[in-house]
Amino acid sequence: MDNEGKIMRINTMSYLIAAALVMPTLAIATEGGVLAHQGNGRGVPACSVCHGAEGQGNDAAGFPRLAGLNAAYLLTQLQDFAGGQRRNAIMMPIAKALSTQEMQSVAKYYADLPLPANALDSDAKPNPSGRAIAQHGRWNQGVPGCVQCHGPDGRGVGETFPSLAGQSSVYTSNQLHDWQQGKRPPGPLGLMRAVANKLSDTEINAVSTYFATLSPAAAGHRSAP
Amino acid sequence: MSTRSSALLVIAGGVVLALLILAGALHPGDSSAEPISAADDAKVAANGAPRDEAAAHAEAVSDSASAAKPAADGKQPFSPPRISAMPKGKFGDMVKLGHDIFTHTQKFAGQYVGNTLSCSNCHLDAGRLANSAPLWAAWVSYPAYRSKNGHVNTFAERLQGCFRFSMNGKAPPLGGDTLLALESYSYWMAKGLPTGTKIKGRGYPKLPKPAQVPDYARGKIVYAQHCALCHQPDGRGLKVAGQAQFPALWGPDSFNWGAGMHSLKNASAFIKANMPLGLGNSLSDQQAWDVAMYMDSHERPQDPRYTGSVAATRKKFHDSPMSMYGQTVNGHLLGQGSTPSGGSVGSQR
Repeated sequence: MDNEGKIMRINTMSYLIAAALVMPTLAIATEGGVLAHQGNGRGVPACSVCHGAEGQGNDAAGFPRLAGLNAAYLLTQLQDFAGGQRRNAIMMPIAKALSTQEMQSVAKYYADLPLPANALDSDAKPNPSGRAIAQHGRWNQGVPGCVQCHGPDGRGVGETFPSLAGQSSVYTSNQLHDWQQGKRPPGPLGLMRAVANKLSDTEINAVSTYFATLSPAAAGHRSAP
Repeated sequence: MSTRSSALLVIAGGVVLALLILAGALHPGDSSAEPISAADDAKVAANGAPRDEAAAHAEAVSDSASAAKPAADGKQPFSPPRISAMPKGKFGDMVKLGHDIFTHTQKFAGQYVGNTLSCSNCHLDAGRLANSAPLWAAWVSYPAYRSKNGHVNTFAERLQGCFRFSMNGKAPPLGGDTLLALESYSYWMAKGLPTGTKIKGRGYPKLPKPAQVPDYARGKIVYAQHCALCHQPDGRGLKVAGQAQFPALWGPDSFNWGAGMHSLKNASAFIKANMPLGLGNSLSDQQAWDVAMYMDSHERPQDPRYTGSVAATRKKFHDSPMSMYGQTVNGHLLGQGSTPSGGSVGSQR
């Protein structure tokens, strides 16, 4: 009896140890990670081809940073691409070739990646006009500063207001133009379309460049909030 | 994070969640607040009954009738100097300190603040925006008599009231740097503005009396559709890195029962003109009244003038249909069970 109990305990412990050893391995080799680095073999290429090995994005090409963005936000974007509400020639066919499960997995994978430490464009010149729009807005014309909703230095707030800091300036600029042209869902209450419609091309360029120069991580924080 | 680069963090907008619309629709039964009608309000005014203290906060809202038609004479409201034009030197340092206190009140004047709000939550664009109770208009409007305390107030005393009620804290001392900095900032912004005239854009543009009595159930739906995304379904707001990104609208981290924003008149006027952020004047007048009533039908920190009885406190300071204090909503007597006034003042956050 005692021996049996001991054996059972050993067996249980062995199982738990084995499980503990295997589970992290499984976590690394998640469906999301495989998708990100290998694609799904059904028409979805590896995300890393465009979005970078660490999800850091490609500033010049306008491929956005995905690392550390909110998972629910990323999932919504994939769903909007798949459903055609968000129109983009590259992403629409890719999203359509993803299952719901795959979308969730890859969104979680990128949300869990650590934020890049430095801004993409660390040699940027001072940009007072971009900074003014980002931090202070043009309130008397109904444009709040971006940080009012996107958080301090635009590092993102929850699932609705994505991080802008350290994002590709080409990407951010493209999005603002897409809102103006109705190529992207206007956001909750139409907030982003309303804001984008009040910005000039010059302002869009300035504010997009400004955010690209900011570090996506707050001082002392390396990982996603 | 530098204070400059982190300017203007905390304020709120509101947005739609279909989920929340559903939630609002599922609970239509919890509307039992006492009626507040235009007729009631008119009667109080006609009888010369004591004005609600918050109606007296109409200092913040005064001139609102003229501000309600801002384009009537074709003139734009006053524009304060640009932030980048702040002066250098000792005076400039004080102006900048005032700006920082105004936009990060807990951080720069924490010893006088008992909640997580900043001045700029209700005075948008760091107190610069017309029709959002701008500081430049307030600066040229004092000294003035206020029925809230029954005597002529200096601008500094008016600021003390903000700390005591809206910030649920305590009055900074006269002559101290906190008030001096806020006075310097206000004075600097009012450059060139005349005294003794009606100032366009002062306060919040007062709304016409609501067509229908403000209603809790309708307000709840408006809240879910336009406000909850930022202020959260429970009204407690949202913090980022320990600071309020979107302010608490009720509960212990919000303004107390003595604050002007607890008056439906003030709250509806502010909401209509300024909420959601970037979409001011998108709600109907009725929606603004309804959602103000919903917001102000929740518990918040006690009025610091509390006499020991909700009924007596209502009679003395809140005897107006514009105040929900001491009224019963969903079986709860508002003011009964409030968290203490003063909140976290004096404690380390």
